Amino acid sequence: MNGTRLNLVIGGWFIGLVVGGALLSFFWLPYDPNRLDFTAQFARPSLEHLFGTDHFGRDLFSRVLLGARGTLYVGVIAVGIALSLGCVLGAVAGYVGGVFDEVIMRLVDVLYAFPAILMALLLAAVYSPGTLTAMIAIGLATVPIFARIMRASVLTLKERDYVEASRALGAGHGRVLVVSILPGALSPIVVQASLSLAIAVLAEAALSFLGLGTPPDVPSWGNMLREAQGFMTLSPYPAVVPGIAIMLTVLGWSLLGDGLRDWLDPITRR
Amino acid sequence: MLAYLTRRLLTALVSVVLASLLVFSALLAVPGDPAALILGMNAQPEALAALRIRLGLDVPPAQRYVAWLGGVVRGDWGESLQFGRPVAALIWARLGVSVPLALGAALLACLIALPLGIWAALRRGTATDPVVIVASQVGAAIPSFWLGLLLILFFAVELRWLPAGGFPGWERSVTGSLRALLLPVLALGLGQAAVMARLTRAAMLDVLAQDYVRTARAKGLPMRKVIYEHALRNALVTIVTILGLSLTNVFIGSIVIEQVFALPGLGRMALTAIGNRDFPLLQGAILVYATTIVLLSFLVDVSYGLLDPRIRYA
Repeated sequence: MNGTRLNLVIGGWFIGLVVGGALLSFFWLPYDPNRLDFTAQFARPSLEHLFGTDHFGRDLFSRVLLGARGTLYVGVIAVGIALSLGCVLGAVAGYVGGVFDEVIMRLVDVLYAFPAILMALLLAAVYSPGTLTAMIAIGLATVPIFARIMRASVLTLKERDYVEASRALGAGHGRVLVVSILPGALSPIVVQASLSLAIAVLAEAALSFLGLGTPPDVPSWGNMLREAQGFMTLSPYPAVVPGIAIMLTVLGWSLLGDGLRDWLDPITRR
Repeated sequence: MLAYLTRRLLTALVSVVLASLLVFSALLAVPGDPAALILGMNAQPEALAALRIRLGLDVPPAQRYVAWLGGVVRGDWGESLQFGRPVAALIWARLGVSVPLALGAALLACLIALPLGIWAALRRGTATDPVVIVASQVGAAIPSFWLGLLLILFFAVELRWLPAGGFPGWERSVTGSLRALLLPVLALGLGQAAVMARLTRAAMLDVLAQDYVRTARAKGLPMRKVIYEHALRNALVTIVTILGLSLTNVFIGSIVIEQVFALPGLGRMALTAIGNRDFPLLQGAILVYATTIVLLSFLVDVSYGLLDPRIRYA
């Protein structure tokens, strides 16, 4: 198996595992993830508690499964915001060009100066910190990369002969953009979406860890690490398990992104 | 070069002004009366009125923004609500922790990543290259704050070699402060090294595939000379970009790491400012981060011009 296939397969397995875990959490969890059990505090991993328990005796496996749901939810919506906003801005800037292009791209550039955590600090001060502000912060911080990619694609594609032909046949600007240009720009966007999901998962975990993301009463991987920090001398498992979950998810999205890039590129595909 | 420099400086300035506008207007959007939000529900009307004047809420927003920005330029960043001291002085003091942390992490990342990335590129097709690729891919997926927790678990809890957190302060103990920064620098720098190593490898491979490298080798130059004098110099343009990106990453990453290790840096202060609704302080802190990022990207572009004459004269 060559590197491209390997990336796709391993990345696919990791993400499949996370998606599977998230789906499973809707139907079945071994324990109530918020049930306190003071007879089972800091249990080591065993058949009874697959990943052990935390300082309240809550089952870590159940909490990790539920955390998978939150991670996907925040990541997918954040990247969805970035993708739709970024692509529209980039496409219009590239297609219309001129002063319009300059103004849009200057505004997008400003977002570069506000990475997700900084944006979240700003939003958390204005609205109360929470899942929604985290999603918006991550989404806005990711807009520039999509805008740039889209603009670059549109700039090269709009000079192509078949686009010219479509215009000559009387297609309007909207039709030219959507039917002739968009499909050609799709593959770099898909690749970037996967890579951005990796970054979004990291950002969401960091924000939850800081108390700027998922509220404390909902188990998320970042929250679990935040809570575990005070009890690391008593048991390492609550501080280790959620981190592994984050790592595998991030790795999954980035491998998938790399694999897709090579697979969609006819030169490296050979 | 001068024209290029002025043009780039101008766009950087526009970015900073727009960023300051964003920071300022975001806090304008606070629902309800900021003064009431800060003082709570049971505030006396006189206290509210006094705070409104102190926050400048009695003047229209546009005028307030101009006054604030003018103050920022002159070094008057307003007064912190929770500390009752000038914002600029508070930020300056906290940078004494955040900047060494970020620079240390960036330096560590460079020391690991640049040789490793170049080495991996030169050994492409051998068994070592994939090892570096996999290691950097896994390393980049590890959240820095989790790595911080693991380092605490190992070096502070198990071995008891280094403190688990806290900071004695430079004036109290330089060695103690350095010891306190050691694990945070590792936590922040190792992940960044992984990201950088990958990018450096790719940049180097890119250059090694160029025709002039093949020509240099074909005319019989020793490999060493080809790498150092031809390939590396041209890979430098990309490596500088990577460096700028890394500095941005570690500076922003320090916000989270300061929280893990209870370091009294700018990020930790910004977080408490949110909790205490200390808007003047938060505005200042966020502006420092955003301006630094713009400045770094400006410096990267300037060094492009220095390294690559084609960009300078374009």
